Amino acid sequence: MTAALRFDPIRLPEKCEQLRKEVRAFLAEEIAAGTFDPHKPNREDTDVPEFSRKVGERGWLGMTWPKQYGGHERSFLERYVVTEEMRVANAPTRRFFVADRQSGPVLLKYAPEHIKMDILPRICRGEVCFAIGMSEPNSGSDLFAAKTRATKTDGGYLINGTKIWTSSAHIADYMIAIFRTSPPTKENRRHGLTQFLVKMKQPGIQVNPISQITGQKEFNEVVFTDFFVPDDHVLGEIDGAWKQATSELAYERSGPERFLETYYVLTELVRAVGNNPDTRSAEGIGRLVAQVHTMRRMSVSVAGMLQAGKEPVVEASIVKDIGTVWEQQLPHRVRDLAAFVEETATNRETLEKQLDFAIKTAPKLTIQGGTTEVLRGIIARGLGLR
Amino acid sequence: MAESDNIVAETAEKIFADLADAQTINRDQKGEWKAPLWQALTEAGLPLSWVGEDCGGSGASLAEGFSVLSAAGRFAVAVPLAETMLAGWLLAQAKIASPDGEMTVVPASPKDMITLNADGSLSGRARNVPFAKVAKHFAVLANDAKGAVSIALVDAAKCRIEAGLGLGGDHSDTVTLDKVQPAAIKPAPKGFDQTRLMLMGGVARSLQIAGALESLLEISVRYSNERVAFEKKISKFQAVQHNLARLAGESAAALAAATSAADAVANATEFNDELFLEAAAAKIRCAEAAEKGSGIAHQVHGAIGFTSEHILHRYSLRALAWRDDFGSESYWAVELGKLVCDRGADELWPLVASR
Repeated sequence: MTAALRFDPIRLPEKCEQLRKEVRAFLAEEIAAGTFDPHKPNREDTDVPEFSRKVGERGWLGMTWPKQYGGHERSFLERYVVTEEMRVANAPTRRFFVADRQSGPVLLKYAPEHIKMDILPRICRGEVCFAIGMSEPNSGSDLFAAKTRATKTDGGYLINGTKIWTSSAHIADYMIAIFRTSPPTKENRRHGLTQFLVKMKQPGIQVNPISQITGQKEFNEVVFTDFFVPDDHVLGEIDGAWKQATSELAYERSGPERFLETYYVLTELVRAVGNNPDTRSAEGIGRLVAQVHTMRRMSVSVAGMLQAGKEPVVEASIVKDIGTVWEQQLPHRVRDLAAFVEETATNRETLEKQLDFAIKTAPKLTIQGGTTEVLRGIIARGLGLR
Repeated sequence: MAESDNIVAETAEKIFADLADAQTINRDQKGEWKAPLWQALTEAGLPLSWVGEDCGGSGASLAEGFSVLSAAGRFAVAVPLAETMLAGWLLAQAKIASPDGEMTVVPASPKDMITLNADGSLSGRARNVPFAKVAKHFAVLANDAKGAVSIALVDAAKCRIEAGLGLGGDHSDTVTLDKVQPAAIKPAPKGFDQTRLMLMGGVARSLQIAGALESLLEISVRYSNERVAFEKKISKFQAVQHNLARLAGESAAALAAATSAADAVANATEFNDELFLEAAAAKIRCAEAAEKGSGIAHQVHGAIGFTSEHILHRYSLRALAWRDDFGSESYWAVELGKLVCDRGADELWPLVASR
């Protein structure tokens, strides 16, 4: 047998449905109060600190973490429900999303106790924003080619170099980054990188926003010049970041955000088509709904396996591969189908604006957080081809 | 390959492994493998998995029967096992006992309709009925002039059968009933109609397609690790690796969609939009996966996979053929699209996120 891929039919437990109602009610209140407009994914002010704090107050950040750090010791499936409802509503999650999904779990695993006690409760309260410092001007997918140096000095390290495409760095309070502490060895080119916690907004760090083709400025260049990081900000093994990177990826790669990024255009298409679709519209919508349903079933299945303590790395990579390809194609398929929507459809302008933004967003979806090519390489390894 | 979830599926797997080996079958020009396989399946009670013991069956659960179908898909089994299971299930809906021997379901397409005449006889034509030519009996779903639904057991010898072959080389025949008196007929349970039958057939075919794709992936990965070109195994070429990763993705999507739909049907307490979504989506997505997946499997194999001598076609062509039974993906896409539009835009997400 080669690849025993498993996608068991996981169902969300009853308590998830109660939670879902609470999240929907909360989002409806926020929409009514004008905090955000669910029909406008293209707004510029994606950082809404007040919203972030309210989500924290509800207990929806750090949901799966231990209570001693401000967490709520709930299941991954409950967190899944909160994540997908926020995503589908186009809620402004930028401030807390990375910290909640990725940075918090890394700190939980590798940070010293006093740092966990300091930062994790603040993530849970929605007060702090995290960025991830991986890519550099000459190393993107080839993560282990990173050159930004961390040189040992008294009581810590001096950082010199540049990270790039760093989402949210302009608003982030912290960054979890990998820096080079030793050269790679002949036997292991992945050796020599160390994971660090970096406190942002300090001298020695310059953040230069980069304008994107969508018109937003969400990612940045981050330049470090003799920036000091204390010893207790080292996360995990010196020179051993490569051992730490893989297990978190299953969480990062299989969530609902990996196929729902452009979902809003499908909803708007259904609204524009109305209750009596012609055959062409009906078939097109039916296929897209079947596809998104299948993506969600795969994604929920991986969440269930994570909850059960498994590490479905290949399955998670498959979810991100076909999920991101799907959400990338979605606005184009919707555009095809929208071509014949009646001129009189009341939401025509909304749909056109959304399509414009979704089509501009589409190219990044198969690049961010692991390109399609990298993912297919991981899947191929899982199949026993490499 | 997924491990078996239960003893019924394990029994099926063992029989398939012993008596439905693809190489052996592919070399057997006379079809001598069929009788021993069918006999072993019958002795194990598998064709009547979904018939209660009081009606002559083995009384397995829906879930157990579905895992038999997954296994049948992985072996691309070419005897009317799924069809007899479905026929037994249909008859059991009306508490009609199942006879011995091969059966199939009439109609097998949502577009064909069998009519119950005022005199109690049945008339109509059903196309592309799988294995009609070898079936001893048909489980028939019929509508009378007022739209009331009945389920009937019909002797195949009383019907006109025009033999045909599907893409996979299996029987796919046209069955004509001309005032045929059924051996037994009873009203269908309240709410049961042709859509329900087609969706059940569609879930069965989805599981079979997903099973065939699992095997297509396995066979293709194995071949890529054996075949040498340009002085290295073709599995070492990135283009081939990425094609196989995509095949894994399609196989995974089909598996997830089909097993989810089977689980939904097995645990359903009522028929509703959520169940319709599960079953229709599975057929649509599995059919799409069959197209993409079988294409990649053939591409990886090159010319050898295009020969009748190689076993690849047993899986690839059946996966493609199964798309057409009980409503094609485009048929169900139209139906699902209509349902979604009828519910309205704001009810789409609640439907998708319903479980």
